Amino acid sequence: MAALEVSGLKKSFGGLKALNDVNLTVQFGTVHAIIGPNGAGKSTLLNAFVGRLIPDAGKVVFDGISLVGLPPHKINQAGVVRVFQTPEIFGELSLLDNVLIPAFSHRDGDFRFNGWSHAAAQAAVHDVAKRMLEDVGLYSKRQMLANSLSRGDKRRLELAMCLAQEPKLLLLDEPTAGMSRADTNSTIDLLQRLGDGKVTKIIIEHDMHVVFSLAEKISVMAQGAIIAEGAPDAIKADARVQEAYLGGAHL
Amino acid sequence: MNNTLAKQDKWLLLGFAIAVLAGPLLLKPFGAGYPDLLQKFCIFGIFAIGYNLLFGLTGYLSFGHAAFLGIGSYTAVWSFKLLTMNVLPAVILSIALTAVFALAIGYLCLRRSGIYFSILTLAFAQMAYNLAYSVLTPITNGETGLQLIKDDPRSLDKWFGVVVGDGIPSTNFFGISMVGYSGFYFCAVLLILSFYVSIRITRSPFGLMLKAVKSNQNRLKYTGINTRSYALTAFVISGCYAGLAGAMLAVTDPLAGADRMHWSASGEVVLMTILGGVGTLLGPVIGAGVIKYLENIFSSFNEQILNNVFSFLPDAILHPVVKVLGLFVGEGWELTLGVLFLILIVFVPGGLMQGFQSLQRRLSGASSGTVSAKSQGAH
Repeated sequence: MAALEVSGLKKSFGGLKALNDVNLTVQFGTVHAIIGPNGAGKSTLLNAFVGRLIPDAGKVVFDGISLVGLPPHKINQAGVVRVFQTPEIFGELSLLDNVLIPAFSHRDGDFRFNGWSHAAAQAAVHDVAKRMLEDVGLYSKRQMLANSLSRGDKRRLELAMCLAQEPKLLLLDEPTAGMSRADTNSTIDLLQRLGDGKVTKIIIEHDMHVVFSLAEKISVMAQGAIIAEGAPDAIKADARVQEAYLGGAHL
Repeated sequence: MNNTLAKQDKWLLLGFAIAVLAGPLLLKPFGAGYPDLLQKFCIFGIFAIGYNLLFGLTGYLSFGHAAFLGIGSYTAVWSFKLLTMNVLPAVILSIALTAVFALAIGYLCLRRSGIYFSILTLAFAQMAYNLAYSVLTPITNGETGLQLIKDDPRSLDKWFGVVVGDGIPSTNFFGISMVGYSGFYFCAVLLILSFYVSIRITRSPFGLMLKAVKSNQNRLKYTGINTRSYALTAFVISGCYAGLAGAMLAVTDPLAGADRMHWSASGEVVLMTILGGVGTLLGPVIGAGVIKYLENIFSSFNEQILNNVFSFLPDAILHPVVKVLGLFVGEGWELTLGVLFLILIVFVPGGLMQGFQSLQRRLSGASSGTVSAKSQGAH
């Protein structure tokens, strides 16, 4: 069953065709990697999914809902949650607050005036926040300000924030960039076990170790279009991919 | 379980309530223990608390909140003129009407953020100020200001058969006159209530979202939150606080003039909030108190007093000293405020609350870790 269907997606910036007729189908519950050289249009594609930019033409349908033209918060409430390339967190707030915010968003929707209830006394939401922070190994630091974390920890925090929303589709934009090998491996573990086959994941990644550890299917982008698609082994062997992405070098 | 304050906040509220109610005694040694000034502390404390709910939590710097102060005052005076000298309808109507205006103005201004938002709010406030002097003269009575007269209809008072003596009746709360200490205690109770509401909002999930708006609005949008609705609600709430403060100004002195909406009045509440400590619970109240206190002191000084103070100096030095210092007192007291503000922002950018905390830390010599944990809780 298809979770996300993208058809005929186009976006130009001046003369540059950042997205040139992208067609993509992501199956429910799978991990789908999008790889490609810098400037291939991978991040632009994610931006079009989450409402950060509006495509010139084409359709993005998630779970039967057309996402094109919806504001970002509506797309998020539909279950599409994004981890950014540079961690987007609430730097001046504590780690706990950082995870409580998406947990409240998941419970209360895009707006609710509950100015009279006590945030610290909402046990169910706190349980979610605690579990998520434990999952990424940051629970002991919950009272620290998010800005004081290392870059790798910020990435893990953002991941915990996204998971606190119980996403249906998780978009990961280079989730391990800048992480040490050990951190990368623990993040791979985390991504593998979360969701239990119920969460669809799209991952953009340069690190082939991460891609081949996680992905069940790989799409290769170059110059705004998808040039190859298939299972990891097939992609490894594909001559066009070698040419476009790796300049002929072997994986 | 959801409807209780944390223990720490209960103590804060209790301490605050006691300090406010004991204000006349506590501030007597400073020469500020009389109702007129104490009322001002309370009213501008309410104004600043409300302003801080917008500026301190969401980071949206409104430069037009004096418009709501003015609207509150005009509404209250009209309520005194048309309905009754009882302050309760005046207060309720003022809050309701400012809420409507805040909703409309906030809806338009919050389409932009940062400096553009500030300029838009300033533009609206200036518009209100100029309208009050021109087109709206039938409602605002222009430069003279809106005043009570003996022959006002006061239909509710007539209906209930309230006996009016000679002269203009005074504002009252079900018969309790709002003059002198009873007026102060009315303001004091409303200040404590306002403070309580601000604690509740700050500690609520709603308040958490407002802090998130300030911290990273972009992330919040991609976390499924309609950030504009949250900011708009905060804007309306802080507008209501300003409306209440405006009504209280009219309660304690039943006249309303357009100068209340002047941009400098909008600037003043920004100063109060920053001086006390943006985003802290107590800071804005302290900032409001300090500014109103200094205004009271320095605006009452004149060259004669300065001459007396510095009479020990030889004449040759005395004259220039008094000439220079004279610029900073009387009508020029805002110059003093400016200098103080400058010094504070350069040395303690977090405002008086931050100053107190670092002082406390230095005095107690406690490890910085525990104190910063405490101070985080107090924010």
